[in-house]
This record gives sequence, structure tokens and C-alpha cells, in this order.
Amino acid sequence: MLTIVAAKRAQKTASAQLDLLAKPLRPAATPTAKPETPVAPPAAPPAPRPVKLARRATAESMATRQRDISVSEFFTKNRHLLGFDSPAKALLTTVKEAVDNSLDACEEAGILPEIHVEIVELAENRHRVVIQDNGPGIVKAQAPKVFGKLLYGSKFHRLRQSRGQQGIGISAAAMYGQLTTGKPVVITSKTRPGQPAHHFEIVIDTAKNAPVIVKDEALEWAPDHGTRVEIELESTYKGGRRSADEFLELVAIANPHATIGYQPPKDRPAVRYERVTDELPREPEEIKPHPYGVELGALAQILKESSSRTLRGALCEEFCRVTPKVADELCALAKVKPAAKPKALAPQEIERLHKAIPQVRIFTPPASCVVPIGEDLLRKGLEREIRADFYATCTRPPSVYRGNPFAVEAGLAFGGELRAATDEDEPDAGPAEGEAPIRLMRFTNRAPLQYQPGACAIFRGVVETNWRQYGLSQPRGALPLGPMVLIVHIASVWVPFTSESKEAVAHYDEIVKEIKLALREVGRRLHAFLRHRAHDAHEAKRRSIFELYIPEVSSALESLTKVERAKTAALLQKLAGRYTGAEEATEA
Amino acid sequence: MSLSRSAQAKKTTAKLVEMGKQAVRMIAKQKNPVLAIPVRSLANVSFSTRRAIIELGEQKQDRYFFNVAQARKFMQTFLVASACKDLIASGKTTSIRDLYYIMKHTVGDSRHNTFEEQDESDPIIEDLEVTIDALREELNLFASNKGALVGELTLRDSGDTIDGRRMGSGGWSVPSIVEDNVIEFKKCDAKMILLVEKDAVWRRLNEDKFWRKHKAILVHGGGQPPRGVRRLCRRMVTELSLPLYVLVDNDPWGFYIYSVVKQGSINLAYESVRMAVPEAKFLGLSSFDQEKFDLPDNITMRLDEQDEKRADQMLKYPWFEKKDWQREIQHMLKRGKKLEIEALSSKGISFISDTYLPQKIREQDWLT
Repeated sequence: MLTIVAAKRAQKTASAQLDLLAKPLRPAATPTAKPETPVAPPAAPPAPRPVKLARRATAESMATRQRDISVSEFFTKNRHLLGFDSPAKALLTTVKEAVDNSLDACEEAGILPEIHVEIVELAENRHRVVIQDNGPGIVKAQAPKVFGKLLYGSKFHRLRQSRGQQGIGISAAAMYGQLTTGKPVVITSKTRPGQPAHHFEIVIDTAKNAPVIVKDEALEWAPDHGTRVEIELESTYKGGRRSADEFLELVAIANPHATIGYQPPKDRPAVRYERVTDELPREPEEIKPHPYGVELGALAQILKESSSRTLRGALCEEFCRVTPKVADELCALAKVKPAAKPKALAPQEIERLHKAIPQVRIFTPPASCVVPIGEDLLRKGLEREIRADFYATCTRPPSVYRGNPFAVEAGLAFGGELRAATDEDEPDAGPAEGEAPIRLMRFTNRAPLQYQPGACAIFRGVVETNWRQYGLSQPRGALPLGPMVLIVHIASVWVPFTSESKEAVAHYDEIVKEIKLALREVGRRLHAFLRHRAHDAHEAKRRSIFELYIPEVSSALESLTKVERAKTAALLQKLAGRYTGAEEATEA
Repeated sequence: MSLSRSAQAKKTTAKLVEMGKQAVRMIAKQKNPVLAIPVRSLANVSFSTRRAIIELGEQKQDRYFFNVAQARKFMQTFLVASACKDLIASGKTTSIRDLYYIMKHTVGDSRHNTFEEQDESDPIIEDLEVTIDALREELNLFASNKGALVGELTLRDSGDTIDGRRMGSGGWSVPSIVEDNVIEFKKCDAKMILLVEKDAVWRRLNEDKFWRKHKAILVHGGGQPPRGVRRLCRRMVTELSLPLYVLVDNDPWGFYIYSVVKQGSINLAYESVRMAVPEAKFLGLSSFDQEKFDLPDNITMRLDEQDEKRADQMLKYPWFEKKDWQREIQHMLKRGKKLEIEALSSKGISFISDTYLPQKIREQDWLT
């Protein structure tokens, strides 16, 4: 509960509603639930002449209609909040949630992930998505809840870097499937070799937000351990941008330690992304919340639930980077006794305490809790997918927004296969007219973001960076142009998304600033490369002029002086190298 | 001048070979090979009042091979040198257009040619002439024949005897190489040379046998006279001690033709010594001739803007500084009119032969 409230601080209305809905709430006390609650109809538009309106409903009659809303019911009416707004997006979201879960599980268990994704087309608007991993598996007792209950998971209740955050994703996918096709989600999971696998078919009781096991049996399964999820859903398949295909390509770039197999529908060829490193990402450390990011309500909750007997102890115990000295400073500023019982604090005291936090210098949270991909591996990931002329990657040291540590990474790949075929003749011509914008790839905690680029802090960071000074052309307020792929990755214990569908990162100044710093670093390196290449091209052009004329001059000199042309040509060639190489021709 | 043909060939070949050897030596020393080429522009010519000719100055321009802007011209210069050496060795002469085709070929596997246009090779030939101080003729090159001669002169051209009195209506076509190893003067009864600008006027005078009546050699250069005509005039003036009269249109272009004949051109300043005829006299048409010969007004043409600009420039040339010339040019500008030689025909078809020329010569009505 503690972290639910702590987490809320970074969220917008939609998630706030969900948080509230997660607990059974007294309808009378939750005006936020209004849109979904069939409360009194809004007052009718004023009648043309003033008449005494009859009362349409009484508080009592309204109360009879007020009742709990289950999360599942909420979801069925608000599927867009979780990324199921269109059939095409539903397919992507389903794959995404399952793959994110698989990768998280593998990494947490210290297993090099090997994930296989298959999309089977059952009809034009109906697919079966099958995701199988070599993860630790899910114990029998938990499996139905993981897949059949919204807001159930391991990741929400702790501040630890992972792809999934709320425990909504995969069960939402299962529910979407169930809603659109009536089919249960099929789970096969095995936790250790030598034991049979469990095979479930689960439907969700949307009214109760609880799994209903339709089928449960043990069965022989070849893999040592792992989980296989099958979801049938109404969806449409398309390739290209914002598709499941692109998603897996992006996952491969940001997860060089993962092997991913993919069988697309419509008889398209299977794809396999082999891992390029056997090095698992360092295990991220779990941290306690940092005072700088805590909200008043959360602070009250934390203090109330603390097992410490003194306020000083509670602050030191429940928050990170709070020393007894810092705690005393806070208490002094708030005019609260450090020895006070944390549970017995008056609301005004808590408020004063909350106001005191920004006035005290507190160390930033430990950086060990964020695990970036790293410059080398990010580069390897890029090289695996994109054959370019130039790569640059930069990992920034961790920074903090509202008490949450995060680290930004940027990487770029330029030229090579990214260059359009039309430019082939003159690969060294400057930015040509009609060039396409670069391709921007956004990642948070190694998971790609494919929708709503315009709303994302990453997009803003890229657009607000002046790429012209790095040798690219850039229309005002837009992405730069050129044969380039640009990656930005934000790793954090809590990534502030603008909505539950996790499509765009919120604009925190600290985050945008770090993004820009990382971009500047790779931009500078790109500029150095472009400058070098322009210089080389210039020199090569000069040399080619000389080399073109050397045979002519040599044979003319032979006819004049009888000096062998081959000899003269060789000497001139040597000179050409000198005049166009490192040593500049003084006369030229 | 008096070298035999083979001796001349040997000397020129030696100059070409030396130019090549210099380049080879620089290359062997791993230096950027360079050619020093005298500059052929107005900035590098001067008018020698003492010799009354335009002379080339001392300025030279370095042409490097390892310089993007100069590499092509450097290559071309040696191509011309090598082609000329072969030409001399074969004992043949050729036109500069021929030479352009001899040297033109595709460079390597590029889309470029050694020379794209004749316009590209002609200036290189002139560069080579000044660089090794050899004349075009000495490189066995000639321009196409332009200009003709008739008159009281017998000469030998490559062993054939040419009688200037028996050249019919077309005359003897003046070759571009007229050195004494090609052309020899034999018998001369002429008392003067008349160089006219235009072929048409020359025909009129030839038909009227003006040259017989006035003991003259009649030459035309088809507009701006080519090197051969200028060189021949120069030789005749010097070797036969004859006065040279020039008859051109009354316009700035005509004046300019006269000035080139008299003191040489800017572009070929290095040849002035051999070709300029400082003794040349400007017979007509003068800006004062219309009144003097009572020509009707409707035969004149208006000076256009370009003519006026040209005339203004000429007023500043040191070789037009003489008072008479200033007066002449300014009078033309004042009139705002120009006059073609043919305008004289308004007074009768043979007015020029019977009246105009004899009167001008008799009254010594000329400018120098």
C-alpha cells in the first residue's frame, strides 16, 4: 500500500482513478468515480421559462444505484487507457506485455532470455498470440492470479527498475482477449526440470476481478523451465512502424543479451535475433523512496504504517538517504519532536514536515538502483540491427527527478544501409534536399515506446537539440533530417509516463535536461565523424583528379624526354599521396 | 630568322625537351612540378614608346601539377608540347584545329576528355609559345588561311613561283606561315602596300586593277588580319622598304584593327616584335572624310553604346595618345556616326579606286 501511494505522485488522472479503484471505496466518498457510476443525470438544460423543477431523484434513490466498480469493469469501458484502443494496437500491446513480463522474469531469475513469439492468423480480424520464454516459470498457486486478475503483480510494490510497473499489462491483454473472443487465456508453465508443467485455461470474472480456472492439468513439457502464454484476441495484423514486428526489432536493439524468435502471420518469413552478449544486465537494487519525491498523503501513510517508535527512526528507516542528522534537521524545521511517535503525529505536523523536506539538503538516492544498457552493449545492439557507417553511444551518469533516480542513454547509427539508394552516387554530398527525418527510437527500462512520440519528453529533447551544429539539417521544431537512427533510453526505478498505456514519458525538466546532454555527446561525435568524412572526401576528390592526369602527364613526358612513363607515374603517385594525405600541399 | 628549316626544328625541339626534363627533374626530387608561364593579359603588357609596339612584361604565373585548379592545364600543356615535338619530328605542319583533334582523347575511364573544346587547346598553345619562347610557326602549327594578296610582287612559296600580277580575281591566299624558309621575295615593282580590312573592298580594288595603276601590293586580312598577313606585311615593309597604308571602316573596331597591325595585340604581345608595323599609316576612313568627300548623310550608321564604350577606352590607350588620334576619335564620338568603306560607293562604284585613294595618298591625308 505504501508504495502505491508513493507511486501515485508521478501519475495522472487516469492512473489515479485506477489506484482508487484498486481498493473498494465508499462510493459516496469518491466523486472521482463519477463518470463510470450511474449517478444522478446532470441537471437538464434550463427550460425556456422559469418553472419549478420537480426533483428527479433523491439522495436515497441515487444511493440505491451507487455501487462498487470492479477494476475489470472499469477496464472494459476504458480499454484505450491500457493500449487496446484499436485492433492493430491490441495485437502490439498483447505481444508487448507478454514479452516485457518474460524479459523481466528472466532477468530477475538470472537467466539469459530466450523468447519465442508467434502470431497465428485465425481470421482477418482474429489472431492467436503465443509467447514462450525460458524464464523461471510461475508456481501453480500464483499463475491464475498473474494472468487473471488486474493489478496483481510483483513489481508495483517496490521501487526497482523493471519493464512492467503496475501489474496490469498481461492480465489486461488476457481480459481483452476474453472480451473480444470469449476464449480463455492458456498458460503452460514449468518451474524446474523433472517436474510436469502446469497447464491452465483461465477466464476472468470481470465483476469480481478474479480468475476463474476453466481447465487445470499437469502435462509433460520439454523445456526445463519457462512459461508459455496463449491469448486469442480480436486484432488486425500489419507490419511496419508501430507493429509487433517493429516492437521485437526494437526489443532486440535494447536487449542485446536476449535471443528472440518471431514467427509472423500470413506466411511471412520467421525472424530470429541472436543475442550478441552473454552478459546479463546487472541486477537492479530495490530502493526505498527518497524524501524529495514524496507527497503529503504518501508521507502520512508511510509514517502511519511505520514500525519505528520515534519519528526520527521512522524517517531514517522508511526513506533512503535520511540520516539521524537529516531527520533532526527536518524535525527542527517542522517544529516536531524527533522523538514523537510517528503514528501519533497531527495532520498539521505532517504538513509542516512535508514543507520542510525541500529546505534540507539530502543526498541523492544511490545510483546502483538504475541499470542502463551501457555504451558498449547499446552499440552492439545497434550494430546487430543496423548496418551503418558510424555509431556513437553515450550513457549519462544517473540523475534524480523528484527523488527517483534515473539514467539517460543515447545512441545513434548514421549512414550505411540507412542511406537512401538515390544518394549512392555521391555518398559524401552534404544533407540532400528532400531527406527524410531521422528515425527516433524511444526506450524506457529497455522497453520500446512506439506511440505518441509528440507527447514524449524524449521527442522534446531531440527536437530542442540543435542538430545543425552537428552537421544535420533540421526543420524548425522537428526531428533532424538524415540517414540516421537515434536511440534514447531512460532507465529508472519509476518512469513517469503520461498515461497507463505507457506510451510517452512525462516532461520533467531534469529528464529533458539529461536527454539533451546525452544527445549533445553523441551529436558531437557524429559531427566529428561527418567532418572527417567531408575532409576525406575532399582529399579523395583531389587525389582522383591528380590520379586521372598522372598517366597523361607521364606519357607526354616520356615522349618529350624518353624517361619511362611507369617511372614518372610511380613518382607522381607518391607525390599525390603526399599532397592529398596528412601533409597539406602548400601551393594548393 | 635565317636559320634553315631543319636547324629551326632542332632548336625548337631542344626547347620542348628541356621543358620536359625540368618537370622530370622536379618529379624525381619529389617536388610539385611547376611551369612558369608568362602572363598574357593587359596587366602584363606595356607600350614601348621608343619601339612603338606593345611588349610583353616580365610577370610569370606558376602552373603546378598538384593544384586542383591547375592540374588539368598542366597536363594539357605537356600534351601540347609532346604533340608539337612529334609534329616537328615528322616534318609536317598542321592547323591548330587538327592539333586539337590529335590530342583529344578520353582520360582514363572517366567521362572527361583531355580537351573538351578547341577553345581549351588554343590558349594552351599560346601558353606554350610564350613559355619556351617559340613561335607558332616554329611549332609547325598554323591557323587557317585568311587573307589574300595581289600586286606588283613576285615571290616564291615553298618552291613555287607566285606572280602577284597574275592571280586572277581571287588573289594569292596568304598562308599562316610566311617565314623566309617558306616565302621568299623575288621581284618587286611596287611602291606601296595597301592593307584593306575587307575582302569585298579588296575585290573592288583588284577588279579596278588599282594595284597596277598605282604600283601597289594589295592585301586584305578578312577583318582582323591573321598572323600570316601581319607577319608578311611586316616582312615586306622591312625587306622591301615599302610604306604600308591601312584602309578600314570608320568605327572603333576599324581603329583597333589598325592599332593591332601597327603595334601588336595584347594577347599576342610576345609576337609584336615580329609582326607589328610601327610604320603603318592610317589612310581611312576618317571621321572627317564625309565632309571632305561630300558623302551623303544617309549612308552613315549610328554609333551604338558598345562602340562608344570602346572608343572611350581607346582614348586612353597610350598608342592613341597622339593629338591627331585624339581628335579623330573624339570627332567620331561627337558625330555619333560610323561609316563603312563601302559607303564610298554612294559616289560611284569605282569612286574608291579613282578618287578617294589617289587623293588621300596624294594629299598625304593620313594618320600615323
